[in-house]
Amino acid sequence: MSTESDTGGEVANTETMTVREAIREAMREELDRDEDVFLMGEDVGVFGGVFDVSGDLYEEFGEERVRDTPISEAGFMGAGVGAAATGSRPIVEIMFADFLGVSMEQVMNQMAKMRYMFGGKTEMPVTVRTTEGGGMGAASQHSGTVHTWIAHFPGLLAVTPGTPAAAKGLLKSAIRSNDPVFFFENKMIYERSGEVPTDPDFTLPLGEASVEREGEDVTVVATQRLVGESLDVADDLDGDVSVEVIDLRSLYPLDTDTLVESVEKTGRLVVADESPLSYGTHAEVLTRVLENGFFSLDAPPERVGVPDTHVPFSPPLEQEVLPGGEDVRAAIERLV
Amino acid sequence: MATIDIETEAGQREALERMLLIREFDGAAGQRFADGEIPGFVHLYIGEEAVGVGACAALEPDDYITSTHRGHGHCIAKGLDPKRMMAELYGKREGYCNGKGGSMHIADVDAGMLGANGIVGAGPPLATGAALTASMGDGDRVVLAFFGDGAVAQGQVHEAINLAATWSLPAVFLVENNQFGEGTPVEKQHNLEDLSETAEAYDIPGFTVDGMDITAVYEAVGEARERAADGDGPTLIEANTYRFRGHFEGDQEPYRDDEEVDRWRDRGPIETFEQRLLDAGVLTEDEIEEIHEEARAEIEAAIEFVDEATDPDPSEAYEDMYAVAVPELQEFAGGSARTDGGVDGGERQ
Repeated sequence: MSTESDTGGEVANTETMTVREAIREAMREELDRDEDVFLMGEDVGVFGGVFDVSGDLYEEFGEERVRDTPISEAGFMGAGVGAAATGSRPIVEIMFADFLGVSMEQVMNQMAKMRYMFGGKTEMPVTVRTTEGGGMGAASQHSGTVHTWIAHFPGLLAVTPGTPAAAKGLLKSAIRSNDPVFFFENKMIYERSGEVPTDPDFTLPLGEASVEREGEDVTVVATQRLVGESLDVADDLDGDVSVEVIDLRSLYPLDTDTLVESVEKTGRLVVADESPLSYGTHAEVLTRVLENGFFSLDAPPERVGVPDTHVPFSPPLEQEVLPGGEDVRAAIERLV
Repeated sequence: MATIDIETEAGQREALERMLLIREFDGAAGQRFADGEIPGFVHLYIGEEAVGVGACAALEPDDYITSTHRGHGHCIAKGLDPKRMMAELYGKREGYCNGKGGSMHIADVDAGMLGANGIVGAGPPLATGAALTASMGDGDRVVLAFFGDGAVAQGQVHEAINLAATWSLPAVFLVENNQFGEGTPVEKQHNLEDLSETAEAYDIPGFTVDGMDITAVYEAVGEARERAADGDGPTLIEANTYRFRGHFEGDQEPYRDDEEVDRWRDRGPIETFEQRLLDAGVLTEDEIEEIHEEARAEIEAAIEFVDEATDPDPSEAYEDMYAVAVPELQEFAGGSARTDGGVDGGERQ
């Protein structure tokens, strides 16, 4: 379905698509635009990706540019780094973010540090795509949310889209970026759909948050799946509480201005991110707001995340630890 | 055409010049480190010169190498400038990495040197990636990974060789078996007689050569390079050599005795090569002495270069992180971790 929509005074062509389709479309356009771009990972080719994200890109671009790898995350993550340092623009898919652990030497000591240690004399245009999050009963080794590791580590950029448009625009920017960008896909939002610009030059800047819904009483800063769930809560509460929902989009760089401006307006803040609560995304968002907008807060801020556990297998246990709309609603209600 | 044609007398002279330059460089670096002038650690290549020079001589100028934390020799063998290398050891702005890398991280991507590396076993995956770029581009560029016997025990090395073998990438994997992984002898690290036996696991050619003989290394790498460039995939070469110095300077070396060191020194790669050139009438004693003097003079000039070099400004610690300007970092580069006033968000993004 194609429509024309009004985006801030400009008329843009958009199409309704899912997050999965938006990501695939971003890769298709960039593979088409730049012959230095290629995709590699486990089962990304013939199989089409374990979540069917790469779809038919293998048929379209061939086995050299949509490349199935052996199960060897350290090896092909390192190959991505070496390829990037020598002029390629690899997209490396790590099937589940939990498996990043297998490749972390190449991430931490090579990818993140090469440019710096070489005195800026190399670029590192790698995009790492990976799936995060619980909700499928996949147990702890296939349900982790680890974007905090990457955002914490100097030399890397980390993005966490919450909508199809954000997914497409941010992934295209990531692929075009000369810095290593980690693109974290929450596996429970692949089916979420929305309007996505069809212009092949549509990109979104890395490091800008998006106010998805304006409100007056409470700011909810959310990521990934919790963006949609927070928007639903805001709809439910409409008339009682006016909730502003921000899709953080980018963990590093972090758009402090948008967060602070929102809190200056609402005076109340909920941070909702599906990652462990201690020492993580929540802490950083709160710190930025406290450092720059302490006196705008009318109440202590609230955090919605995973209590400091792993994600268990049994559905009732999994539902216990995963944050959702009800947790966001409860946090809002504690604040107003 | 190879970087140095070691079949010719001119090439042999040039190879000896490179080996002596490495020995003089590392001799000076060791001395300057002992004098307390060079910060951090230095790991010297003395004794292993035939491997680096023999291998790089057999490569084409556009070929890439990856290296190890014992990388000075690889850098010089690849043609890097000892002045800028020495400046890097001293942490000076004029160094190859503007003082951010030091001895363990000297790199010059434009010259095909993808970096010395402080992580044992990290180079081969990078080499596989560079070979991937080469395989998808034009030309017949080849990538050679230097790594040590210690790295053969690391998983990522095997993942990298498996990838390169499976994809028939233009790579050469060269194990410098200097007989020690840090302070542990090679026989305590591997259950193999020859480390090149691992090649069988990937169904690629594997050879063990005398790493004290520059000609043997040159020929083996030359053949492997040709195979790689022809699209026939990687080769694994083990060069048996010996680390004359400790793992790092200041190492008390409790893991070996003088007799063992002397036994290997008798087969020193420079000394035996010089004798061969003398015996063959390629060079005279006087000419060899002249080459020694030239190498000493070049390293003297490198030290003088460092004397004139400048320390980086502290603000440069925040440069070279990202290709894009990241607001978080600009703030630190401005000299303060906090904005003034705070509440308006001011300079922060």
